[in-house]
Amino acid sequence: MFVEIGHFALALALGVAVVQTVVPLWGVARNDPALASVGPAAAIASFLLVALSFGCLVMSYATSDFSVENVAANSHSTQPLIYKLTATWGNHEGSMLLWVLILVLFGALVALSRRSLPPKLRAGTLAAQGSVSVAFLAFTLLTSNPFRRLVPAPGEGQDLNPILQDLGLAIHPPLLYVGYVGFSITYAFAVAALIEGKIDAVWARAVRPWTLLAWTFLTLGIAMGSYWAYYELGWGGWWFWDPVENASLMPWLAGTALIHSTVVMEKRDALKVWTILLAILTFSLSLLGTFIVRSGVLTSVHSFASDPQRGLFILGILIAFIGGSLALFAWRAPLLKQGGLFAPVSRESALVVNNLFLATACATVFIGTLYPLVLEMVTGDKISVGPPFFNATFVPLLVPLLLLLPIGQTLAWKRGDLLGAAQRAQVAFGVGVVTSLVIFAFVRGGPVLAPLGIGLGVFLVVGAFWEVGERVVGRASGASAMLSRAKGLPRSAWGTALGHAGVGISVIGIAAVAWGTESIGMLKVGESLTSGRYTATLEAVTPRTGPNYREDAARFRIVADGRELKPVEAMKRIYTARAMPTTEAGIRTVGLGQAYISLGEPDASGAIAVKLHDKPLILLIWIGALVMAAGGALSLTDRRFRLAAPRRTAAPAAMPQAAE
Amino acid sequence: MRAIPLLLAALLVLSTPVLAVQPNEVLKDQVLEQRARQISSGLRCLVCQNQSIDDSDAPLAKDLRVLVRERLTAGDSDKGVIDFVVARYGDFVLLRPPMNARTIALWAAPFLIVLFGSAFLWRRRNRAAAAAVTLTAEEQRRLDDLLRDERG
Repeated sequence: MFVEIGHFALALALGVAVVQTVVPLWGVARNDPALASVGPAAAIASFLLVALSFGCLVMSYATSDFSVENVAANSHSTQPLIYKLTATWGNHEGSMLLWVLILVLFGALVALSRRSLPPKLRAGTLAAQGSVSVAFLAFTLLTSNPFRRLVPAPGEGQDLNPILQDLGLAIHPPLLYVGYVGFSITYAFAVAALIEGKIDAVWARAVRPWTLLAWTFLTLGIAMGSYWAYYELGWGGWWFWDPVENASLMPWLAGTALIHSTVVMEKRDALKVWTILLAILTFSLSLLGTFIVRSGVLTSVHSFASDPQRGLFILGILIAFIGGSLALFAWRAPLLKQGGLFAPVSRESALVVNNLFLATACATVFIGTLYPLVLEMVTGDKISVGPPFFNATFVPLLVPLLLLLPIGQTLAWKRGDLLGAAQRAQVAFGVGVVTSLVIFAFVRGGPVLAPLGIGLGVFLVVGAFWEVGERVVGRASGASAMLSRAKGLPRSAWGTALGHAGVGISVIGIAAVAWGTESIGMLKVGESLTSGRYTATLEAVTPRTGPNYREDAARFRIVADGRELKPVEAMKRIYTARAMPTTEAGIRTVGLGQAYISLGEPDASGAIAVKLHDKPLILLIWIGALVMAAGGALSLTDRRFRLAAPRRTAAPAAMPQAAE
Repeated sequence: MRAIPLLLAALLVLSTPVLAVQPNEVLKDQVLEQRARQISSGLRCLVCQNQSIDDSDAPLAKDLRVLVRERLTAGDSDKGVIDFVVARYGDFVLLRPPMNARTIALWAAPFLIVLFGSAFLWRRRNRAAAAAVTLTAEEQRRLDDLLRDERG
């Protein structure tokens, strides 16, 4: 019953989305306010319908209704409830439904937001967003229907892929999708602005919170995915430059450029055309990522060709939306007036440089990911583009950007003083250099780049807070004056500082990876293995039975620098339904570093293969990302986003000049 | 690639969690083993997706790891080992694509984009600056009038 309701609601949502796309634009064209105002109601209605539909699918999973093909293929009656629920999006069809749910959620949020948008902009935005909904609802219904029934219904399901039976699946996809799909709003705003032929600071201020929101979630989603891969895959890496990872990194890089360029647009009415283009590109990259992941095109050109229906459908969506919006851009962008001028040395210019490097980094990932595919299609030659390529190109692009960051952050708008900015950054720079030197002095014979990387990270962290620090300390005397100054600073200033500090923290964590060590050995009970600071002794191997798996748990005593830590367990599991083996790494966190143990195969003598890693400061990689996201969230609560946008007649210069 | 999002799909294609390098493969000579690891991390596991043989548990990856160690033990240089593997499997096996006519666009792209991007920005800036200072004859006349009044 649920299934039919869900299916019906989804089909109905498609109809409503068509209304949301067509009617408001028609209303604007005919100058009929009643028709133009249909958008919000339709957006809310389609959200309620998709939510109902999604709820129905979740119910089918919760009740293990194996008469539904999707449930039978991805669930099992013995699965713990939490994994039954998360299995809803642990497969292609369900994850598309989640994608659509978040898409229409954003539409509804725009419809409900109390911010007073100019009516034409609101109508255009909701219409553009509606058109994306139409495409993906149609895709889900026509090629990826999660509500298909199985006759006869099997008595038992085939179980969720064991690797996905993890809390990571509960958290990572929703976060990532909110990020990915959130950029559809910025895209819709850009398309609406192009249709209207008008774009100004009001537009920038309306778009900025949505961009920040999407970016914050995308940051969290990528970080969560990275940590999940780190502990679940059992080989201790945190980023693999896998095409699927790259698919999420590209919109993040473009989105990062976008949150910076919208600042320029909001404050100074400049970079308009570029910002519009960037808004379109960011969501286009989200779509491209969906295509890459969904179509299987990167696994091999041939697997794409053998089951082309879904791939071709998404390719069609891709061409229509990216091509359509770019064509609209080419046609309408010349109408947009260029705004505020700025000197070569200014905050604006610094942000232009930021955008240049981020866009290039993004293009590098794009080319590196798709080049092998295109080369094979054109010439038939097969090449691989792996981590060494990205390390050789991406890193050199990011380093200058990061070095300039603390200087750019202290430059004034419009006309800056490079010498002054450099002077203000010199303390932070000095702290960074001293840090590097101290590390060089104490750690001998280690990797050369690691201390430099740490120094860069420290420079970024100190530099990030330097500006707010100056504004707090300023000429104020006394702690209370400083406190009130700190409170008086706009939250976006604190958000900026946090965001940039987060980058520095991640850089420190990444640099420290070079000091990691690993050793491998065959251990019998009582034997031990040493790597870096840690010595692990195998104490016992105990067979156990879980709800839907059997496992051998290897218990290790861990000693770090002569100090005994809490023991660690690493497991080898067999999930009974699929007879699929997995391993669960044993991880002990010490400060910001971790001892990481993974298991291999046992041999005939009863010894088991064990790999022990010492991973110093590794947690900083993800803590940095959390700090970045916290910065985004803090900026989002800034006063000026909570107040109604000023009327269009207000001159940009009249707005409060909060520094970013 | 039926299963879902992003990294998630990555998890699936990367096969089940593994130890990759097995203890019995490890060479006694630590320097040699270090070289073997370094070489292995740049060689692609041919049956996996974008995974190096150093990270993969696939039987073919194991064979290649053993091969690399055999060549090293036999006294080959790092380059010699890599050339040997490339001769058998082609450029596809290299995770760092060699620079040649087919890949020059790939390698040059990042630097060309920065270069052209900067050049474009520079030209546009100069044009904008030029446009900003150029007044129409009418504006110039009015400005002169104003200045004259000022001096009065």
